[in-house]
Amino acid sequence: MSDKKHYKLTVNGQAVDVLAEPRELLIYTLREQLNITGPHIGCETSHCGACTVTIDGKSVKSCTMFVAQADGKDITTIEGLGSPDGLHPLQEAFKEHHGLQCGYCTPGMITRASKLLEENPNPTEEEIRFGMAGNICRCTGYQNIVKSIKAAAAEMNAAKEAAE
Amino acid sequence: MKDEVTREERIDNLKGMGCSRKRVEDARFTQGKGNYVDDIKLDGMLFGDFVRSPYAHANIKNIDTSAALEVPGVLAVLTAKDLEPLALHWMPTLAGDKQMVLADGKVLFQGQEVAYVVATDRYAAADGIEAVEVEYEELEVLVDPFKAMESDVVLRPDTVGEDGKPADGAHGPRKHHNHIFTWEAGDKEPTEQAIGASEVVAEEFMYYHRTHPCPLETCGCVASMDKVNGKLTIWGTFQAPHAIRTVVSLISGIEEHNIRVISPDIGGGFGNKVGAYPGYVCSVVASIVTGKPVKWIEDRMDNLMTTAFARDYWMKGRISATKEGKITGLHCHVTADHGGFDACADPTKFPAGFMNICTGSYDIPTAYLEVDGVYTNKAPGGVSYRCSFRVTEAVYFIERMIEVLAIELNMDAAKLREINFIRKEQFPYKAALGWEYDSGDYHTAWKKAMDAVDYDGLRAEQAQRIEDFKAGKTRKLMGIGLTHFTEIVGAGPVKNCDILGLGMFDSCEIRIHPTGSAIARLGTISQGQGHATTFAQILASEIGLPADSITIEEGDTDTAPYGLGTYGSRSTPVAGAATAMAGRKIRAKAQMIAAYLLEVHDDDVEFDVDRFAVKGAPERFKTMKEIAFAAYNQAIPGIEPGLEAVSYYDPPNMTYPFGAYVCVMDIDVDTGVPEIRRFYALDDCGTRINPMVIEGQIHGGLTEALAVALGQEIAYDDMGNVKTGTLMDFFLPTAWEVPNYETDHTVTPSPHHPIGAKGVGESPHVGGVPCFSNAVHDAFRAFGLRQTNMPHDHWRIWRTANELGLHD
Repeated sequence: MSDKKHYKLTVNGQAVDVLAEPRELLIYTLREQLNITGPHIGCETSHCGACTVTIDGKSVKSCTMFVAQADGKDITTIEGLGSPDGLHPLQEAFKEHHGLQCGYCTPGMITRASKLLEENPNPTEEEIRFGMAGNICRCTGYQNIVKSIKAAAAEMNAAKEAAE
Repeated sequence: MKDEVTREERIDNLKGMGCSRKRVEDARFTQGKGNYVDDIKLDGMLFGDFVRSPYAHANIKNIDTSAALEVPGVLAVLTAKDLEPLALHWMPTLAGDKQMVLADGKVLFQGQEVAYVVATDRYAAADGIEAVEVEYEELEVLVDPFKAMESDVVLRPDTVGEDGKPADGAHGPRKHHNHIFTWEAGDKEPTEQAIGASEVVAEEFMYYHRTHPCPLETCGCVASMDKVNGKLTIWGTFQAPHAIRTVVSLISGIEEHNIRVISPDIGGGFGNKVGAYPGYVCSVVASIVTGKPVKWIEDRMDNLMTTAFARDYWMKGRISATKEGKITGLHCHVTADHGGFDACADPTKFPAGFMNICTGSYDIPTAYLEVDGVYTNKAPGGVSYRCSFRVTEAVYFIERMIEVLAIELNMDAAKLREINFIRKEQFPYKAALGWEYDSGDYHTAWKKAMDAVDYDGLRAEQAQRIEDFKAGKTRKLMGIGLTHFTEIVGAGPVKNCDILGLGMFDSCEIRIHPTGSAIARLGTISQGQGHATTFAQILASEIGLPADSITIEEGDTDTAPYGLGTYGSRSTPVAGAATAMAGRKIRAKAQMIAAYLLEVHDDDVEFDVDRFAVKGAPERFKTMKEIAFAAYNQAIPGIEPGLEAVSYYDPPNMTYPFGAYVCVMDIDVDTGVPEIRRFYALDDCGTRINPMVIEGQIHGGLTEALAVALGQEIAYDDMGNVKTGTLMDFFLPTAWEVPNYETDHTVTPSPHHPIGAKGVGESPHVGGVPCFSNAVHDAFRAFGLRQTNMPHDHWRIWRTANELGLHD
């Protein structure tokens, strides 16, 4: 047992101070202390990606990062991607193209996809499949996830062009 | 009244059956607002977790919990001794056996639950687990069911009678102390005679390996005993919440009305979440003891090692035919490895599930099946992983036997299937092993599939490839995997289907609100299938209110009518039927109300999409919305106010979905890597409720089939250690390994189902596994391969190529 310490995080744009044992995994800090239950736990070994969040601009599996390692970092979860009144294009596209079934992998999947499209706004199918290979889905067989990401990319690119 | 919209527009507005309605579940799931069991947080909630056995077979000499109780945050440590006074140290299984809740003197598999640590949070529980001292005495381990049947080692002392001989089990006499049951179907002697008298006989022995459903969300629960009101609430990952309530009541003695079981959102089930597990029992006990809510959530290793394996069937087959290929008989013997306890989730009268669907899509005049269940030092389970009870095993068996017979006959395997399909005019078809297939048109489906893939063209390409391979021009072989499957789903008729004595009917209750919207509750529970979307579509078409105005609710036993839950593709065949029937009761009352409002006789109005209209005068009508309001504000002579209905549906028969699948695969002989070039899946699930959802189910089921056929397994070493206990070793395909699938369909409605639907969620898994496997086999057929067991991972495929001398 180790003593609890204070850690400062920015989560979905909000500065928070959490008191936790350094050994606490970030996913538990998010889910149990901050009530951010969008990211899920599927394996605790970095394989499934249900816990994916964005930390300082990179996709990270929060089940294998200690909260101590996240001190001072900027974290975005599915809850920070859109709002009920303004969904992220990926959230719209997953609904439109049946990119989910049980919904358990979905928050991590969309969070990862949002980074993928930042890194590569116009990915090929192969690039999507490779870029999403760290996120496992047991329900959909990925075909409609790929379709959703492609559709969101097109939508985001069209919106960007219209704005320019 | 003048109609402003066309009839077609009125139909479209309903978003009823047959349309690809977008899912109503997705708003919350895409925004991270699902509510899964681990999201539940209650005041003062504690966390429970298990001390698990590192040994597969051992006596327990002592458990010392004293150090654990000193660990900060640890409140209690339960062992079998604590549960024994409550008679909860063992619990009944779904298969008529019993299972230790916590190790009672010995352990029978690695990972078995030994003690339950209750602490303030999961970190404190983990610290407590480390501090529990268990003294084990290792015993000889049996992981091979054939050796178990010959061994002097008694795994379960309760299998030996006072006379020292094997005592009878739940399904009759035992042949040996490690034997659980023998179950048979069909006619033994006539089958032997038919096979003996046949011109051609093919024999094969195959192992359908042990695997696991592995939903992304593991199993878990929160138990909360409210001592003030005497009410116990359990939230959990339950595929059958009502059955769990009844089981908890029976084993705890708490009256059933004081138990509320809630299945919140479930992150995939695939059969893993049907059973009752020690974690549920211990959490309930811990909540009663501490007076606080207690949460238990499996980690991935717990999940893969302990709850609900699937398959593990050793299948020996003989199939006979005329020289022309007409099948004359089929014999199947299965040695079924059930692990340390028989906890298979099967209807009571079917200890080997519906394995007797193993005559498949073929008109086989005589057949015999015998299954021997055996205890070993492996985890209990035996669930139906994305299939109806043991149907995946049955379909794999017959689809492999067909391929082996084709080799024996030197015949094309597609042609052999065509010769033997049950013909359309033979339905309803009474199969040799007892089932009555409801409907089918196999030849039409098969021809459509063969044409779609240009089967003859594929065979010509394959022949050329073999030439090129032999000439040293390529190192890749081409396999064409074929499967025509027939499933048996929708359990089932109460006359022969029950689980723990509970008839396998299902239910729907509908309440129409005054303003013309509705809530319907069902006895099933979605785990991703999209029931809230599709059941509303059934109702929309039945009662003429828009699907968007109908809320579907499942999973809360205090509000939903009693039902047996969701598994074995039973939701649409059983609860879907109940939904239609309850809708028809609503419609019958609405008809009387409409007739009253229109001042005509009941028989003079007819239902039309969203209204009742006067026959011959369609301009005189009352919409269902108007009728709903009238039900609440008019005093109608002879009719009670309100508009509600409930239906408990006992299906007269199972449903028999079928399909024709083709997989085209290239195999690199030097690396053993298979590349799926094409996968064509034609499914016939009868009436189609939501094509988008059906297609999604097929993509998903095929991917789970790919996993099982090409790499996924629960493997043990000789010491009974699980070798595939994490996602590093247990294969779950990623987007990178999975192809795009082509889907197609025919529609042969079920004649006995109110809307003709048959269920589809499991078809792609059931049909997909043999199709992928047959493609691997087919690639090597020209080089003499008859049978190589799954999973066909790269190493095993490479080894097959090596054994066939293809690396020489």
